[in-house]
Amino acid sequence: MPTDPEMLAVSRVRLPNSRDAHSIFGRMISIAISAMLLASCHEGVLDPHGPVGKAERVILYNSTAIMLAVVIPVIVLTLVFAWWFRSKNKRAQYRPDWEYSGRIEMIIWSIPALVILFLGGIAWTGSHDLDPPQELKDSVAPLDIEVISLDWRWLFIYPNEGIASLNRLVVPAGVPLRFRLTSATVMNSFFVPQLGSQIYAMPGMVSRLNLKADQPGTFQGLSAQFSGDGFSDMRFDLVSVGADEFKEWVTTTKTQGGALDAATYTNLAKPANAEYSQTYAAVTEGLFDSISSGHLVANPRPRGN
Amino acid sequence: MGRLSWAAIPFDVPVVMIAAGSVGLVIFCVLALVTVKGWWPYLWSEWITSVDHKRIGVMYVILALLMLVRGFSDALLMRSQLALAAGHAQGYLPPEHYNQIFSAHGTIMIFFVAMPFVVGLMNFVLPLQLGVRDVAFPVLNSVSFWLTAAGVLLVNMSLVIGEFARTGWLAYPPLSEIAYSPGVGVDYYLWSLQISGLGTLLSGINLTTTILKLRAPGMGYSRMPIFCWTALASNLLIVASFPILTATFAMLLLDRYCDFHFFTNELGGNPMMYINLIWSWGHPEVYILILPAFGVFSEVVATFSGKRLFGRRSMVMATMAICVLSFMVWLHHFFTMGAGADVNGFFGIMTMIIAVPTGVKIFNWLFTLYGGRIRFTVPVYWAIGFMVTFVIGGMTGVLMAIPPADFVLHNSLFLVAHFHNVAIGGVVFGVMAGISYWFPKAFGFTLNERLGKAVFWCWFIGFYLAFMPLYALGLMGATRRMQHYSDTHWQPLMLVALAGAVLILVGIALTGVQLAVSIRDRERHRDLTGDPWNGRTLEWSTPSPPPAWNFSLLPQVGQADEFWAMKQQHGATQERTTLRAYGTIHIPRNNPTGFYLAFFAVLLGFSLIWRIWWGAGLGLLGGIAVGLIQAWRTDGEIAVSAEQVAALEGLHGAKEAAV
Repeated sequence: MPTDPEMLAVSRVRLPNSRDAHSIFGRMISIAISAMLLASCHEGVLDPHGPVGKAERVILYNSTAIMLAVVIPVIVLTLVFAWWFRSKNKRAQYRPDWEYSGRIEMIIWSIPALVILFLGGIAWTGSHDLDPPQELKDSVAPLDIEVISLDWRWLFIYPNEGIASLNRLVVPAGVPLRFRLTSATVMNSFFVPQLGSQIYAMPGMVSRLNLKADQPGTFQGLSAQFSGDGFSDMRFDLVSVGADEFKEWVTTTKTQGGALDAATYTNLAKPANAEYSQTYAAVTEGLFDSISSGHLVANPRPRGN
Repeated sequence: MGRLSWAAIPFDVPVVMIAAGSVGLVIFCVLALVTVKGWWPYLWSEWITSVDHKRIGVMYVILALLMLVRGFSDALLMRSQLALAAGHAQGYLPPEHYNQIFSAHGTIMIFFVAMPFVVGLMNFVLPLQLGVRDVAFPVLNSVSFWLTAAGVLLVNMSLVIGEFARTGWLAYPPLSEIAYSPGVGVDYYLWSLQISGLGTLLSGINLTTTILKLRAPGMGYSRMPIFCWTALASNLLIVASFPILTATFAMLLLDRYCDFHFFTNELGGNPMMYINLIWSWGHPEVYILILPAFGVFSEVVATFSGKRLFGRRSMVMATMAICVLSFMVWLHHFFTMGAGADVNGFFGIMTMIIAVPTGVKIFNWLFTLYGGRIRFTVPVYWAIGFMVTFVIGGMTGVLMAIPPADFVLHNSLFLVAHFHNVAIGGVVFGVMAGISYWFPKAFGFTLNERLGKAVFWCWFIGFYLAFMPLYALGLMGATRRMQHYSDTHWQPLMLVALAGAVLILVGIALTGVQLAVSIRDRERHRDLTGDPWNGRTLEWSTPSPPPAWNFSLLPQVGQADEFWAMKQQHGATQERTTLRAYGTIHIPRNNPTGFYLAFFAVLLGFSLIWRIWWGAGLGLLGGIAVGLIQAWRTDGEIAVSAEQVAALEGLHGAKEAAV
């Protein structure tokens, strides 16, 4: 798609400026806009590092561009009509009984309808192509990761490697990641903005998500669904490393840290803020399934008054 | 008593105690003033027990204005907290306090600001526009208002006695279940909304009946003013959706009080069910609020352009299309739940389809301006500000209706910016336009224009400053409901947002000044004709303020914009001063049922929140008793003789002739 992201970002955030601002506030607004421009350029969903996020950015830009093609003229026309037909303007023609025009009616129903037809197509194909449970088309076999949201931490299990990690997700770059997610507590939403799609982690349920990091790097992950007092700190680093480095990390991890079994897990599930990360050398098989099916229940947080 | 003890009052939290103390002081001073001046009999007979739809409408709007101050102080607390809490800083509000604030902010702004504003406007305007003497059920109308006020009282009590919910404004389980929220916060939330929700439902039934059954002779649906059409759509939605809300909350209450498992994590409970149910109320709710605002803009744009609304039929069709479609889109609030591509795609497209009738409305206003002779009064400022702002909010809304776009924007500050963009740019602007438009009808004098425009600019620029940064922050990965954040790059934008909020605060303060100045100068801005704006619809054909019976002679309607046509034909003044045969008019007698019911509803709700069972029993029995007493009343009406009516009309005619 020949859309220049920078250009679009500029036109989108300039919108508020398109009306006549009071001179006192004009400066404040222009400062705000330049701050926004600077800020939007790095990190976040406009700076994706994986195929899912990139595809979603294309959708964001294209749909915004399509809609701006209607929105900007409407804003301009509103201001122009309002100004031209002001009561003091003697040159403007006053038509008090003009209330209907079949041709205009036809056009004003068609314009939004056509835009929506177009965007509806994007929505339909987009939700199929980018459906979170759908595996990414890739020559490399995916890496399975099980995610459990705790109060207020993230637990990542690598079922095939038999290891686990708390609050730090190490993944190989260029390898599709196949997530299964659940929650040991209330709802959370697993989200790494720079990789793309988020998905809810829900108690008693397994949701699925597929992502990929193209290059090595550290990306911030978070919970995007409010889950209580420790919610704001419920962040983790997703560390993408080269394939060899990842193998090395797996090997090292297997030699240090204790085992993650039902007892350790129950302890871990007690409410605590996400303050440190930790790895586990071994994981009881089927731990994720016993949590997601509700067989292994962490005690609800004791709190309140 | 029950769970209630002195420990429930947070003496150790200075912010709360200072806020509560100052509010308490203000209330005390007001009560003392009223007592000293001996205004109680006046308040009791003219306002508290009044069943006049105009008085009730005004009380709704005053209630909403007061709660706007409360809800907005929550907003200022949040904005200042986030302006501070960057990097390692934690700000001044700990999570357990901050979480209550954003929950209260959302709950109050939707249920106790936006709803009473909109219901109040509809209450005041509908019978006047329909050319009738009151709503279908005047006493029920008073009951609706007082139940809303009871909900307001309970929410505000939570500030001092106990705590409010810390769950967000929709209280998603399992977080809102007793296991994760054992305190009284969620109970305050649930009971205050159950009580006020009942009031809203009754009001919806009342106004729907009024529109369907009580219109001036000759006013067929095709001649009904456009605001009445939008109000009809809005009230149909209230009738259809509020029972869902009540039932959903009832299930959550059963979970919390009686150990049921509708939405719990264990024993077959399913939180996803709650989320579906709450949004199948919640999405129609959005249109309950915005449709009457659209109606206000239609009236304002047509009146001040001095011409007929362009594409009236399109406008009506668009309104009813939105009314129906609004029930088919709720799933877009949780595309990220993993429903699957077909379901997400379907709801995404349904959501976008709503943009078609909405877009048509925008174009209709645009072409109403075209060929007009536009007078730039305060309502017109709001209307144009709305058209410019709302299309941006609509655009970001459609953007998030695309499921894969929502996957990266869901629950972000981008979403927060979007819904404030449509809620402030649509509902608040609409209500402000409506207030300045109909104020002279209600009180007989116009509001100060200069200050009105200052208020507009504060809100308009304040909105852009406060929420455009939030769009950017959302794209940068900032999520909603954070109490602090580590990325210090976000802080400048948060500061800009705070500046915007402060500017809106100035706007709200100026509204107070505007009211004070306008009241001071009222003699100079008297509306003696009843038609200060050269209006088009029937409410302008009666004196300002209208008599208790609205119309001394019920108008005969022959077309849309009846009053405009009447003026074109032979001049309204002439019409009224001609000697006409007045008859005896029956108007409903004052009735304290609503006030007493609200008293017992507060007792019931408060007792249930604190598990004081005898108090709950007393509240319930008292409520039933009040209902029964009302059911046996037979002296519901008083008669106004033809001479009295003629005297008032003569007086008004003389004033008008003097102009």
